[in-house]
Amino acid sequence: MGIEEKLPSGFALTTVEQMAGWARKNSVWPATFGLACCAIELMSTGGPTHDLARFGMERASASPRQADLMIVAGRLSQKMAPVLRQIYDQMAEPKWVISMGVCASTGGMFNNYAIVQGVDHVVPVDIYLPGCPPRPEMLIDAIVKLHDKIQNMKFGAHREKQVQELELQALRTLPLIDQGMQK
Amino acid sequence: MPKFEWLNPVKGFGVTFHHIFKKPITVNYPEEKRPTAPRFHGRHQLNRWPDGLEKCIGCELCAWACPADAIFVEGGDNTDEERYSPGERYGRTYQINYLRCILCGLCIEACPTRALTMTNEYELADTTRESLIYTKEMLLAPLMAGMEQPPHPMRLGETEEDYYRLGRDNG
Repeated sequence: MGIEEKLPSGFALTTVEQMAGWARKNSVWPATFGLACCAIELMSTGGPTHDLARFGMERASASPRQADLMIVAGRLSQKMAPVLRQIYDQMAEPKWVISMGVCASTGGMFNNYAIVQGVDHVVPVDIYLPGCPPRPEMLIDAIVKLHDKIQNMKFGAHREKQVQELELQALRTLPLIDQGMQK
Repeated sequence: MPKFEWLNPVKGFGVTFHHIFKKPITVNYPEEKRPTAPRFHGRHQLNRWPDGLEKCIGCELCAWACPADAIFVEGGDNTDEERYSPGERYGRTYQINYLRCILCGLCIEACPTRALTMTNEYELADTTRESLIYTKEMLLAPLMAGMEQPPHPMRLGETEEDYYRLGRDNG
């Protein structure tokens, strides 16, 4: 990316992070990936009653190159999975993914050979949003939670440090079955 | 009227200008919340008896009714020293995976003791899969006035039958 990656860690970088985070979170352009019934709620969220434009998201991008946020709305079939990945790859960095609805998040009630059991098998997901389908308020809630994540994104030296810390933390995490034993 | 054809675009804009004087219908969601329908299917809740004992008896009927296999229940035996619910058994482990749950309410219909009901809470989005598996502690209703944290002996009667007659006698 740009010059902000080369800044030394410290006050200047923190300021740049905050400013860039503020600018980014207020201009997230979604690449809609409506696959099923969740897309109807997604359209409803863009409508006048809930009005996504309040968050600087009025332009639902039909072209992935101009999009920052992919909202995967609906069950992802095995056949659609490569397409989803390609669209994701075509999006420019920085990019985020909301997995909208239970089918996109884990496969939901469709536990069968045709449906990918969660889009995180294909793309990295930032926010999981349950609901079948989630009401527009739930989607806006997920977007607000994502805004928080975008605002606090780290750059350059800070980012490297954060990645290392997360890696260490992931290495130390016990398997789920052992976590249950601790209680 | 070909004479007034030039007026048509003006008429079209008339609709637009008319809307300037209307109140916007937008709900400013994160700041102001519109109440849901009273029977909205939101997050689940495990209810308690008025003395604080749990209503869940660990029968797994909710897990069997679930079309998405989102509920995991493991029953445990009550003893006189360690009692969580009136009667023989209680739900020792209770988990609902909200990334599977489609909030259909079939578990609520299946529950024989009305232990499982749904709240109107819907803000569930989170960042990891693990954090959306809600455990028993997260689902249990908070202790209200006069309730006592189980395990404790039955306070509202000698047997579980007295508990189950509670609601019936009170209408």
